[in-house]
Amino acid sequence: MVDLFTGLVVALSTWLFGVEPSAWLAHLIGIIVAILVVTLPLLIAVAMSVYADRKIWAAMQMRRGPNVVGPFGLLQSFADGLKLFLKETIVPAGANKGIFLLAPMITFTLALIGWAVIPWDENMAIANINVGVLYLFAISSLGVYGIIMSGWASNSRYAFLGALRSSAQMVSYEVSIGFIIVTVLLCVGSLNLTDIVNKQKELLELGVPFGFVFTPLFPMFVVFFISALAETNRPPFDLPEAEAELVAGYQVEYSSMAFALFFLGEYANILLMCAMTSLLFFGGWLPPIDWAPLYWIPGPLWLILKICFFFFVFAWVKAAVPRYRYDQLMRLGWKVFLPLSLAWVFLTAGTLVLFDWLPA
Amino acid sequence: MTFLHHTIRSFFLIEFVKAMWLTLKYFFRPKATINYPYEKGPLSPRFRGEHALRRYPNGEERCIACKLCEAICPALAITIEAEPRDDGSRRTTRYDIDMTKCIYCGYCQEACPVDAIVEGPNFEFATENREELIYNKDKLLANGERWEREIAANIAADAPYR
Repeated sequence: MVDLFTGLVVALSTWLFGVEPSAWLAHLIGIIVAILVVTLPLLIAVAMSVYADRKIWAAMQMRRGPNVVGPFGLLQSFADGLKLFLKETIVPAGANKGIFLLAPMITFTLALIGWAVIPWDENMAIANINVGVLYLFAISSLGVYGIIMSGWASNSRYAFLGALRSSAQMVSYEVSIGFIIVTVLLCVGSLNLTDIVNKQKELLELGVPFGFVFTPLFPMFVVFFISALAETNRPPFDLPEAEAELVAGYQVEYSSMAFALFFLGEYANILLMCAMTSLLFFGGWLPPIDWAPLYWIPGPLWLILKICFFFFVFAWVKAAVPRYRYDQLMRLGWKVFLPLSLAWVFLTAGTLVLFDWLPA
Repeated sequence: MTFLHHTIRSFFLIEFVKAMWLTLKYFFRPKATINYPYEKGPLSPRFRGEHALRRYPNGEERCIACKLCEAICPALAITIEAEPRDDGSRRTTRYDIDMTKCIYCGYCQEACPVDAIVEGPNFEFATENREELIYNKDKLLANGERWEREIAANIAADAPYR
């Protein structure tokens, strides 16, 4: 992707100004353009996903949802964003000011930089690195920092309790997510996200629709999806926010843009988790079945469609289930998901070794 | 056996799948809410909304300053001052309702012997400050002119039950 834009920059510059730019400058501009091409649509998508979330949730409760600002209320998120932007950022008197303001920035930045390794098509990632999955895993783990910093710096009991719950929850579910990723990696033999999707292309050619979902890895997909819900603090695992008990948890002292950054970061993280589910289990940019006309639809569109589908399921789950109790949450994480995913790692590894199917 | 049953049920997420299926069915149902500012729900003829002072068809104001409404008002929201007019009839010189005190009980309407003070069908009279909610006689009479058709229809509709 960067190479593509670098080439474009060189071609455009020679055509417009008649000078070929130096290689490093063209590369730099190429990188910046590639980042913008992914990030700007992503930010709009985040705003629209907030709207979609509210609309889906409303429909499941037989309500209308936002429908006044713009056609069908499509501009609602932008109106909310503008409102938040114009408000005053209030820093509580007892707060640790630096950390208090740093926390939302960290959350937001981490939610965005995860997208650097997402491959939109063959050779269409900003950074096609060989440890792509590890990078994503690391970024989503770092997300805890934004939350615990906000909870600590707010100097408020609600915020602190929310942050404690959130970090405990994210750390617990990361363990099982790690093992699930390991099972996928065992089958692929690479940490590169492009390789993972290409491996699923082989499955597609064998007649398995989508990818790893409809293989014996199916239970891992279910566990991964539920862990993704917990990882992004979505219902039924929204204990850190818990409007009923903790007001809004770690966000309670935040206002204005600082709050908006948390909010956008949260939704960007949800989309990232949807993208990760699509890439690991649903064949990323590949069409659902190996049928020539489906390949005419460009790869990024397939990935976007899959992300939209998983986002719908995220919103759907929110409408369907009540919140977990804290001990139930921990029980599910440590006593159900962890043994299950660990068992599946052994099972997968054992099967692969037994039948000598290990990828080269 | 119950343990096994329970474990299998929770392991295959049966309750969750059921809940998801139910919510998906609701997703496609028609909306229960109305599109409020553009669509409005039906109102009873007895609906007690914003107050209005009515006039007779010849333009004479109905209120005869008997102060029964002021006396019955449980929130003490009504203030009336009265003097004889030039033609000798008794009329109010001041008729104020503090809408921030009013509890919309409708006793003033019940007490009124000449159907002068009524609670109309309007419920959308929010204002941007408190002062605007202290209604004087002019405001109440203006309300009466504005809502006379609806108010008269409501009184007529409710008459058989009185």
